[in-house]
Amino acid sequence: MAQGPRQHRRRVVITGMGIVCPLGHDVATVWKAVLAGASGADWITIFDASTYPTKFDAEVKGFDLRGFLADPTAHLTGNRACQFAVAAAVQACRQAGIDIETNDPRDGIDRKRLGIYLGSGEGSVDNKTFFSAIAQSWDQDSGTMDWVRWARIALESQDPVNTREQEPHMPSWHIAVLTGARGPARSCLTACAASTQAVGEAMMMIRSGRADVVIAGGCHSMIHPMGVMGFNRLTALSTKNEDPRTASRPFSGTRDGFVIGEGAGILVLESLESARRRGARVLAEIVGYGTSADAFRVTDMHETGRGPIQAMQAALKDAGLGPEQIDYINAHGTGTIENDQIETLAIKAVFGDRRVPVSSVKGAMGHLIAAAGAAEIICCVMALQDQLIPPTANLYDVDSRLDLDYVPLRPRPARLVHIMKESFGFGGQNNVVIIKRYQ
Amino acid sequence: MDDRRVVITGLGAVSPLGLSADAMWKGLLEGRCGIGPITAFDPSGFPCKLAGQVEPYRIQEFLPKAYRKAAKLMSRDIELAVMAADMAMRSSGLVTRAIDPEHVNIDPPRFGINLGAGLISCDLVEIAPAVAASIVDGGFDIHKWGSEGMQLVPPLWLLKYLPNMLACHVSIIHDLQGPSNSITSAEVSGACAVAEGRDVIARGDADVILAGGAEAKVNPMVMMSQCLQGRATTCPPEDAQIACRPFDQAASGSVFGEAAGLMVLEALDHAVGRGARILAEVLGTGESCSASARVPGLEPDGAAVRIAIEKAFEDAGLGPTDIDLIIPHGTAVPYEDQAEAAGIEGAFGVHIERVPVWPTKSLLSNTGAAAAAIDMIAGVYAIVHGMIPAARNLDRPREGCRLQINTRPIARPFRRVLCCCFTFGGQAAAVIIGRPTGG
Repeated sequence: MAQGPRQHRRRVVITGMGIVCPLGHDVATVWKAVLAGASGADWITIFDASTYPTKFDAEVKGFDLRGFLADPTAHLTGNRACQFAVAAAVQACRQAGIDIETNDPRDGIDRKRLGIYLGSGEGSVDNKTFFSAIAQSWDQDSGTMDWVRWARIALESQDPVNTREQEPHMPSWHIAVLTGARGPARSCLTACAASTQAVGEAMMMIRSGRADVVIAGGCHSMIHPMGVMGFNRLTALSTKNEDPRTASRPFSGTRDGFVIGEGAGILVLESLESARRRGARVLAEIVGYGTSADAFRVTDMHETGRGPIQAMQAALKDAGLGPEQIDYINAHGTGTIENDQIETLAIKAVFGDRRVPVSSVKGAMGHLIAAAGAAEIICCVMALQDQLIPPTANLYDVDSRLDLDYVPLRPRPARLVHIMKESFGFGGQNNVVIIKRYQ
Repeated sequence: MDDRRVVITGLGAVSPLGLSADAMWKGLLEGRCGIGPITAFDPSGFPCKLAGQVEPYRIQEFLPKAYRKAAKLMSRDIELAVMAADMAMRSSGLVTRAIDPEHVNIDPPRFGINLGAGLISCDLVEIAPAVAASIVDGGFDIHKWGSEGMQLVPPLWLLKYLPNMLACHVSIIHDLQGPSNSITSAEVSGACAVAEGRDVIARGDADVILAGGAEAKVNPMVMMSQCLQGRATTCPPEDAQIACRPFDQAASGSVFGEAAGLMVLEALDHAVGRGARILAEVLGTGESCSASARVPGLEPDGAAVRIAIEKAFEDAGLGPTDIDLIIPHGTAVPYEDQAEAAGIEGAFGVHIERVPVWPTKSLLSNTGAAAAAIDMIAGVYAIVHGMIPAARNLDRPREGCRLQINTRPIARPFRRVLCCCFTFGGQAAAVIIGRPTGG
């Protein structure tokens, strides 16, 4: 029951992973790049940002869904990030042994008990026609829009399918079509914390018996004229246009904002008994989840880090662990002045004087927004597997005001059993999960 | 499933039928139609000219003094959510810092929020001056936009459009520091939020979750999208009252609208402990999804709706004969009506002949992420008052439709009400609420 010990609940494990991100289109390639401290950042090519305050990003490069599926037809209508999600789900399902190749799958998974939980972002409008329709319908002198004219242009220039596919719940439909899933299919969009939340709540779906297997993670691309504009206006993005590749530098004394990325991370979560029954290889166990709200301001984190602290403590309690049992923290670590400072405070409040190693893979990968958490959880699973803490790329000069053990530049061998993954969203929604080496 | 029971102890609604849950119920009983010609903008360029609009309101009246400045960061979706949240909290007897900072009786870390939200539409008038300042040789110029135009966009612009900001503002206003999620599953969002909120309480992670959904769909962007997809009725404005005809032979499409519906979900032990008035209990929830590549919404047999209902039965330990009233999604899009009816009939079998079915969108319109939540609120009123009004705009049921739509008012005890919903991405959800039966 509610407050009692939770030893009788179902154990949840990870049996498949897939990723598409600025560092590559499969887990092995991405992990190698993360360990090498490589950078996924470069000039923006998706649109002409040559006069923007920020002219660089971390883009997925050379991606073609047709390389992942024999017949990708149903998914080529999906928005940019949705196609990343389908490709990542293909990888994750194949690793987990979920049959996506035949219409009558014989993988032993009841489709009604196969769920989906995605932190999937919205797509983008067709920007060229979008701006043009506004420009042609706006009367600057009177400050009014000619809606009749706008409607005519918009209805003529926008495509019905493309418009529908921008909705945040559509990637879930694509994953259902891909896998035949008939279980719960939820989407959440808690900003930069979304896919960590999706993984956490997916674990809860399995624990509570609402599903046996859940395809969980996220996808997002805000690299379009309105997305980059929005973050630029918030002054959240790095403007180190002189050197894009080192601009993402979490915890550095010279950090000046995050580098916007894009991509998808998908995990197959499964009850341990289901994985055993199917003979699926267990990659790691997911043992704790905590969520909280700052309830402070939509523009700033609370100065004490109380929201992140509460989420971390909730995850520890859920896992039945003390802070001394966490071997490594995979930080939210965005590289904004505020996040890295408050996150440091929060970690110290929970972990006291103990110097638990901390790093952020956003230095290499950039910030995948809603997809960030899932992509980073995948890195945590690889860290458990290789017993290596991934480094924070570009961290040459730790901010003198920050005093944790931030693992810089090169991977660090360590005995890793429990890893804590943190994600904090704009507006104050915080999510933390704890994964465990499977033995 | 977990065994902590969850009840509903507060309601708040803003809808085309008025600025409170009571006003909505009164409007429904009177058979008053909240649908009319669009006044928010000139709709004459669109094939659909109708909507369910919320009457004028003053947002400041719903905000504590200390938070009134933040109103400028609120899109209409956020405003509606904030208003409904204020009323839901007040009606529950819980005292948050917004209601009376001197007599707060909640424990903020144990209070959370789970709020369904839509894709918030860009206010084109707000960005039009920036677009107008980016014109070169009569056309939109991305270089000028990047260097000059976008400087005219308010710095915090993006924060109005992140779908998680509904939950964030509400949690700030009422100091809800517990679990927080923003579900973005289009028209099932409100139901998923209640399902998840209930599970969060059931597993002991919170005592109270403010759950529901909000969305403002009366704007040119939504109208463009829904008209392009052929889901919006082209009924002439003079026929507004009879335009939305769920399950009728003459159904011609949905009418879109705006609303917010929030419920205070509370652990039964917590509610009993404080002597709260218990309105209803959440007895069971179920979710499923469609998986056919051929149609991007429900399949013709409504399988997702059927499975969601079956799962809700299983969760509640109930069957078709235990249900006294069905509130369907009933969009009045002919194909969707047919598929939903098939799904409901599939779940109920022969028992469908004896259960009244009450579609509400003929009066309330299709309010997206709020739709399922305001239907649940209507269901709570039906339970509390033991009556429902006659369904409107059903003159001749669809051929072959076996749903017993209530063409007359019914006055009798409703012990258990089933609410179902689905999206144009094929996700479906069902929630069973029941008359409180005591501890």
